[in-house]
Amino acid sequence: MDHTKARERESQCIQEQPPACTSACPAHVDARGMIECIRKNDFSAGFAVFNKTIPFPGIISRICDHPCQIACKRIEAGEAIRINSLERACVEYGRETQKKRLYVTKKDKKVAIIGAGLSGLTAAFDLASKGFDVELFEATHVLGGRIREFDAQQLPQHIINADLVALEDREVVIHLNTQVTNGKGGSASFDELVASFDAVYIGLGPHAVDHLNIDLSLTPSGRIEIAPITYGTSNPKVFAGGGHRYHHVAYSPITSLLDGRLAAVSIDRLLQGASLTARREQEGPFVTTLYTNTQGIEPLQAVPMSIKAEGYSREEAGNEAHRCLQCQCLECVKVCEYLAHYGSYPKRYVREIYNNDSIIMGTHLANRMVNSCSLCSLCKEVCPVDLNMADVCLDARQSMVKKGKMPPSVHDFALRDMQFSLSEAFYLVRHEPGFSASSALFYPGCQLSASSPHHVARVYKHLRSTIKGGVGLILGCCGAPAFWAGQEELFQRTIRTTAEEWERMGKPRIITACSSCYRIFKDYLHDLPVESLWTVLDNAELPEVRQVMKPKPMAIHDPCATRNDRAIQQSIRRIVAKLGVQLKELGHHPELTTCCGYGGHMSFANPEVADKVVNRRITESDADYLAYCAMCRDNFAARGKRVLHILDLIFGTGSDETARQKGPGYSQRHENRAKLKTEFLRDLWDEKGAKREPGMKLIIDPEVSELLERRMILEEDLLKVLGHAERTGEKIKDVKTGRFLARHRPVSVTYWVEYSAGEAGFIIHNAYSHRMEVSGDVQ
Amino acid sequence: MSEEKNAAPEPILLCAKCSVEMKIGKVKASYLGSEFPIELLKCPICGMVYVPESLATGKMLQVEQALEDK
Repeated sequence: MDHTKARERESQCIQEQPPACTSACPAHVDARGMIECIRKNDFSAGFAVFNKTIPFPGIISRICDHPCQIACKRIEAGEAIRINSLERACVEYGRETQKKRLYVTKKDKKVAIIGAGLSGLTAAFDLASKGFDVELFEATHVLGGRIREFDAQQLPQHIINADLVALEDREVVIHLNTQVTNGKGGSASFDELVASFDAVYIGLGPHAVDHLNIDLSLTPSGRIEIAPITYGTSNPKVFAGGGHRYHHVAYSPITSLLDGRLAAVSIDRLLQGASLTARREQEGPFVTTLYTNTQGIEPLQAVPMSIKAEGYSREEAGNEAHRCLQCQCLECVKVCEYLAHYGSYPKRYVREIYNNDSIIMGTHLANRMVNSCSLCSLCKEVCPVDLNMADVCLDARQSMVKKGKMPPSVHDFALRDMQFSLSEAFYLVRHEPGFSASSALFYPGCQLSASSPHHVARVYKHLRSTIKGGVGLILGCCGAPAFWAGQEELFQRTIRTTAEEWERMGKPRIITACSSCYRIFKDYLHDLPVESLWTVLDNAELPEVRQVMKPKPMAIHDPCATRNDRAIQQSIRRIVAKLGVQLKELGHHPELTTCCGYGGHMSFANPEVADKVVNRRITESDADYLAYCAMCRDNFAARGKRVLHILDLIFGTGSDETARQKGPGYSQRHENRAKLKTEFLRDLWDEKGAKREPGMKLIIDPEVSELLERRMILEEDLLKVLGHAERTGEKIKDVKTGRFLARHRPVSVTYWVEYSAGEAGFIIHNAYSHRMEVSGDVQ
Repeated sequence: MSEEKNAAPEPILLCAKCSVEMKIGKVKASYLGSEFPIELLKCPICGMVYVPESLATGKMLQVEQALEDK
């Protein structure tokens, strides 16, 4: 994964974008964080969050024009959160009475602030906090400007005075009754201030200033020309803002505060010799890209105040805070057990996976995470910006394979299963008996052949009887396991072989019963005219069979590979309707279907996550499930969910017992495929199948069988071990039990078998494996 | 490991090919380019090594997984 791509994907995830309230607030108060504290009944912490951004919390919590509340997402389900009232509650119940000691490194620069309205006060506060010597010049006898004009009940004078102590704490020198002007009647000269201070901020309120006779460019209405972003004026040392810029609109205290703050940023940058304009895009109010889903949230009105003049009581504030949605996106994490399992969200995951891919020395901590994704793309389906973790994980897997860093154990078993399907034991390409050409090729797929070989035979018979011109057959594997394992070369080789066979067979259309094969052919073999068996059956007559079972309404599970194949999903539903079975939908949209735990080799890489995925799916409805992918059916059945494959309905073999039946184990799956080929050859082409080794008879009791299944040890592995041991005599005898222990390493795994010879065959007592090579030849 | 059986008394094991008792000896375990000398039961004549189940599904598995993530 290259760095730019990783950065791009990382920045695509919107989870860390600020909530709507914060982005709408000119000062970006972390209202969500503050409210979270109130929810925990910690008003002091809430106050600290508010005060971190707002220098005058008493004032702002009472007079803010709160644009945050217009943006609040709660509006979509009730009323906006009364954020401003909650701020006031934080001040009332959480304000620290003890003064904190301030540690400020003094800077050798002086700034003059002219005008002590909210913008001037904020500029003075911010610059003094940064260590500048600040002197504040106010024409009247009192600080505050227009904030003194508010109704005394809304904003009592003592609240203002309490807030302004912060300026004293920061050693701001205050000159009251001091009008700064170059004109008549002033008590200080503007030009002298400009000359004796390193920078000047003017926050003079809405009135025209032409009478002051100051040497700055003015607008035709007599107001100072102020540059956007920097708040600079025609004099590079002089900055201005506040109500002076907004003389034509209603007073917005929070905007005045912002002006003072941003002008202070410019002054700080000027005095440090930094760029005044760089990286200021995120200042002031903006529209956040954070998505918050409010669907299904119970609408709630704002909590009323019992005594309006006193604001919220603690309890009322707590109740109001609990209405807050604590806006987050997490759309993908909410629907995906895999993404939830790792406790974070894609932005972080992309970074972890990129780091995992880039490190040269040390442990690759995210290997398992990379390999645990089912690659089902449900995350992309629900993501407001279409970020797909499947792409991220697949890229990482391919990169690991290229670098030789893919843990061998993860995909090995599945890849060997694929090799089995492509070996003589199963692989078969034929025209229909009696035909030298094919108008269609039936491609059942390896897993249906393993789970339900009898259905494959029935479907092939049905297709032969309904499609003219010969229906050929391909038994094999589409290459999906290689694709999921990140083995690009092997995958390309596999699909090329399929393409060549298809050409050799005269390029007929391909009918596949497997949704994964369908997807692979559609996506990677564009010339191949592939159709789903389900659309073919939907468009033709269904086999005439008598229903054994009249099922109750069933819940349909679409395999994740059909997520965006609406036509297939609809065909299935029409077929089921023709069969007279009632269907229930799982969730609202088939596009939001989930993986069964098998996709991407999730169940091999991380059985724990796969279990969570399957368990979540099978508990969505109490109804029996209907699947049309063999792996989905078997995975659900393995966890005790009653489930049928649609072919069980089509061929009338569905019964109460079929619905309860578990799928075959790994060994039986191989056996079923091999048998299917042998029977096809015998029954249709009158040929004997490939010679199979005259088997040793193995006797395995169910408990041992289950252990073998968990350890992914096949009967053919046992046979290899026993064959080797009996042929070479290389075995160990346990004197006490009389049993033999033998081992064999066909390729990369050493299998150990504990066995004894019985009258009817070899009795298997235990088996285990390891990948480490062990040698007794030590030099 | 959950599948590990309770520690049983050390079995007496014979190499069936050489008909001698397996004795503790130095053996070499290797995986993905890393090598470890360990001591296991082996045949003093042909050198066949016995890897017990508890080792294969326990410590050995852990080391394999750790090496795979290196």
